[in-house]
Amino acid sequence: MAMNPPTSPAFGQRAGSDLIITPSGQPEVPENVFLTTMDSVVSWCRKYSLWPMPFATACCGIELMAVGASRFDIARFGAEVMRFSPRQCDLMIVAGRVAMKMMPVLQRIWLQMPEPKWCISMGACASTGGIFDTYAVVQGVDRFIPVDVYIPGCPPRPEQILRAIMDIQEKVQKGGTTFGNEGLPELRARERYMIAQRDTAPGAGIADERGDEARFGYRIPGGPGRLGLEETR
Amino acid sequence: MSAATAPHAAQAQILATLAAHFGDGVFSISRFRGNLRLFVPKSRLVELLTALKQQCGCTYLAELGAADYLGYPGRTRNRFEVHYVLRNFDTGGSVIVKAGVDDPDPSLPSAYPLWPGADWMEREVFDMYGIRFEGHPDLRRILMPDEFTAFPLRKDYPLRGRGERHNFPKLTRAES
Repeated sequence: MAMNPPTSPAFGQRAGSDLIITPSGQPEVPENVFLTTMDSVVSWCRKYSLWPMPFATACCGIELMAVGASRFDIARFGAEVMRFSPRQCDLMIVAGRVAMKMMPVLQRIWLQMPEPKWCISMGACASTGGIFDTYAVVQGVDRFIPVDVYIPGCPPRPEQILRAIMDIQEKVQKGGTTFGNEGLPELRARERYMIAQRDTAPGAGIADERGDEARFGYRIPGGPGRLGLEETR
Repeated sequence: MSAATAPHAAQAQILATLAAHFGDGVFSISRFRGNLRLFVPKSRLVELLTALKQQCGCTYLAELGAADYLGYPGRTRNRFEVHYVLRNFDTGGSVIVKAGVDDPDPSLPSAYPLWPGADWMEREVFDMYGIRFEGHPDLRRILMPDEFTAFPLRKDYPLRGRGERHNFPKLTRAES
């Protein structure tokens, strides 16, 4: 009959397949298949599902809550799942001043977070101590834990926090591996610097900013700069 | 009697009761902007506080604090001064009792047996100034961490500390 299904072996193949021109000697890549590295795919998955640990100690924490709410909506970047257990987080957001009594707690929470993990230092106080230059406030959390992204501001606008999330995403894509976070080269350089500084006795090394003297041809009054008590504190 | 004069009358009443009980020479009086202040030596402090609570009706210890007058211009009395702000809820009167202590090992008798609410306030004064309160049941630091050794609100303590705020291990990414 005329309506019988055709039985030719060519039926069922896609009509356009014949038009694919395969270079000779190259492996054929079918349609809708992409070749990439495992690290890249894992990092790509990871960067859109960051789970922040909100270490909110001051007014920056209120801004952080605003970022989580509907107007700014951190969920657009896949980072809305704030967890209050460090075991479930991979992004620590230090929001607010860290008192010197709080620093061991911060370090413990940082150590409790599983790898790979990243850290945002949010606001002037977390990054530098801000206006609180007193005995009780740590002058920047990056002295004691590794920090990936700093946010300026007092407190920062929510848009700045979203910008920081996007920066972290870029960092995750570039520096992350399947099994961990090796970090970007500049971060590793900074770690080497920190370790070298830590192993240097006070008064023995050249202070970092004094190293610029030779480069730029100026001289800070007060003789050759050495790492004093002030720099090693 | 207007509301403005009521505290003054209550203060006069408190002073009259104290004068009847103590006579002269136990405390000295000064006034500043309506505040009545009684300066008392350390040896008579508990006696005065007890009389204020039991005879004058000042049942409420509103505040307990201290100040360090090191280097204060024109200061002739003791270096530290601990103040007790007492209130009488029935008459609306309030009295400030001040007791001075001096530097090597400053200590005062505790007000805890009179007002249990003095517990944490005395701990705070101890934490910040190092003034010990004899008879306090649990005199330890309340704000600063236990391993802190200095007394930060003393005037001879530098504002930026002696490096306590930087005395932590540095965690690197490779180690954490």
